Amino acid sequence: MPWCWPGRSSRKWDWHPGNDGIAKRIVHRFIAAELTIFVEPSRRWSFYKAINKERKVYLCPSLPHKRLKIMTDHPSHRAWQENELATSLARFPERYDAFYHHGGVEIPRLALPASIDQHYEERLGFPGRYPFTRGVQPTMYRGRLWTMRQYAGFSTATESNKRYRYLLEHGTTGLSVAFDLPTQIGYDSDHAMAMGEVGKVGVAIDSLADMELLFDAIPLDKVSTSMTINAPAMVLMAMYVVVAEKQGVSADQLRGTIQNDILKEYVARGTYIFPPKPSLRLITDIFRWCGTRTPNFNTISISGYHIREAGSTAAQEVAFTLANGITYVKAALAAGLELDHFGRRLAFFFNASSDLLEEVAKFRAARRLWAGIMKELGAAKPASCMLRFHAQTAGNTLTAQQIDNNIVRVTLQALAAVLGGTQSLHTNSRDEALSLPTEESVRIALRTQQIIAHESGVASTVDPLAGSYFVEQLTDRLEAEARELMARIEATGGVVAAIEDGFIQRQIEHAAYTYQKEIESGERIIVGLNKFQVDEEVRPPLLKVAPGVEADQVARLQRLKAERDNKQVERCLAALQSAAAGQDELMEPVLACVRAYASLGEICDVLRQVFGEYRDRQ
Amino acid sequence: MRKMYRVLIGKPGLDGHDRGAKVIARALRDHGFEVIYTGIRRLPAEIAAAAVQEDVDVVGLSSLSGAHLRLFPAVVEELARLGAEDIAVIGGGVVPAEDIAALQEAGISRILTPGASLQEVIHAFETACEEREG
Repeated sequence: MPWCWPGRSSRKWDWHPGNDGIAKRIVHRFIAAELTIFVEPSRRWSFYKAINKERKVYLCPSLPHKRLKIMTDHPSHRAWQENELATSLARFPERYDAFYHHGGVEIPRLALPASIDQHYEERLGFPGRYPFTRGVQPTMYRGRLWTMRQYAGFSTATESNKRYRYLLEHGTTGLSVAFDLPTQIGYDSDHAMAMGEVGKVGVAIDSLADMELLFDAIPLDKVSTSMTINAPAMVLMAMYVVVAEKQGVSADQLRGTIQNDILKEYVARGTYIFPPKPSLRLITDIFRWCGTRTPNFNTISISGYHIREAGSTAAQEVAFTLANGITYVKAALAAGLELDHFGRRLAFFFNASSDLLEEVAKFRAARRLWAGIMKELGAAKPASCMLRFHAQTAGNTLTAQQIDNNIVRVTLQALAAVLGGTQSLHTNSRDEALSLPTEESVRIALRTQQIIAHESGVASTVDPLAGSYFVEQLTDRLEAEARELMARIEATGGVVAAIEDGFIQRQIEHAAYTYQKEIESGERIIVGLNKFQVDEEVRPPLLKVAPGVEADQVARLQRLKAERDNKQVERCLAALQSAAAGQDELMEPVLACVRAYASLGEICDVLRQVFGEYRDRQ
Repeated sequence: MRKMYRVLIGKPGLDGHDRGAKVIARALRDHGFEVIYTGIRRLPAEIAAAAVQEDVDVVGLSSLSGAHLRLFPAVVEELARLGAEDIAVIGGGVVPAEDIAALQEAGISRILTPGASLQEVIHAFETACEEREG
């Protein structure tokens, strides 16, 4: 166990109990040189014993006027304890007074290397402090567990509302709304393009009336709600604000996240409507409006999840996501927004895939990289430099064969997310390679998180894999690889140019193809798929969306259009059109349309007329 | 020399998950097929019109959003409307076993489900092309 001293000397001494004579000689020499000795805390008592003084200031008999300062703590560690940690503990006490292994051995909050040097401080540092490699909170899950947030929604608003209440009853701590594809692409349920898709992968929302049913009897000041909505994010956010208003909940009490990340839609997920430029304007407008009205709402969730699902590698996931993040920040800065004002409301969303240690390293690398980027962009507040993220286990790794094996895959992936310091987590259900999950499958997925949280012990200490040679090297490697890819994007003229050129899409497609070839050749083993197969009749019970949903939804919409004040709708839509055609901010006119029960499709059509539609390269 | 088969890979509906469609398009291309990929978010009528215009032997459809029961048969109907019922249609994606019979009934000649290997996919397209040739 080394003890060392900061300051003028950088030498290190290995001292073991027993080297008492040497310890004394060194102490004397240090006093002569007026140096401070730093003693690793767990060694301090035997050190004091070695120099015959059980106290922290040692007087040398031959040089009585000089005192030796012995510190049992590194100054930056102490500074962290006195600042970040103390503040955090005062605001959010830990879940227990102390954490123990079975048998009573106490679990330390934060394990540290024997000596804290400059390299450690710069690369890893302390949790809740720049560069946040070890996490964004000083106590991480000792203070509060991650939010267990299961993405759900299907069929009608009434059906989905039932599922949300079921999840809340079973201990889920945040809602995550899945919208159906027509909603995500701004089509009403009666649009030709909506055929067959209504209520399938999420809930169908055509107007405020549907949104009122969706959150019926769910107090919006009590839950935090994440909404996977991008191109029409402004409209759905407006609906959420109005529903809250009707519940008597003011906008500033709302907590949650809208995905609102259009750039990854062009390369991976496909629910774009407008071209990049007006899309960025909508996003910036949301930052501006929400910055003052809904200060506790994350205005964007910059998502690598879908990029990874589309086939990218871990390093590409980080690189493309953070490059998108930079693009949003620069757009907002260009519109005159204050970096430290909107910076702390940027959130991220990553994939938690099966390569456990690479995933842990990925999350840590992403945090360090983003912190540096924000600092370079001019962020002054630490909160602006924090990469806070939601994670979801990797849907693409689920097999349709021996589906119960997926529970194990999800466990490993969820563990990776937790060891990597996620703020919230969705665990996929075992049957999702076949259809939407049944209630029972969803419960197992939620239980998986609860077992990790309460039984595995990994939530009792902060960033437990730090200092592993392998994990630290991998963290460095992923950071370097992502940095290089980002530089290549920058060289092609930024993300929008790289999308238009197809650079990002080609990278992802190539990685996806290579992966599939590896499975094909047997080089990569997927249990139950290309090895360890069994003959099975795959007929697990599946969730079926009732076939009548589309017709019901269309009928509801027609009823609404007959009953509402159509003059008022027209006035609001016209006002939105003129605002969009000019340079005005758009959130207020959209709110007016929503209040008048204009449909999502009507609102998006107005914007389509003004902004045009994006067409992909195919 | 064997004829160069032409196939069209289409994404009907609104599902944007085209990792599988692209991997299959590339695998078929590597195997010597001429492949046209429609891109995402196409109407059944657009896919059928493209298939006829490009004079393909087989159409491969992919949907992961659960809309296959509506969208795949719609493509078959559109092909028939254009007098191209001889173009075989293969479907793939997140298709539960219990839906396969209904799809076959509606004229989808083969269904490829999650976990199908590229070998199986290539074989399915090759067989469908050969059948059309007679």
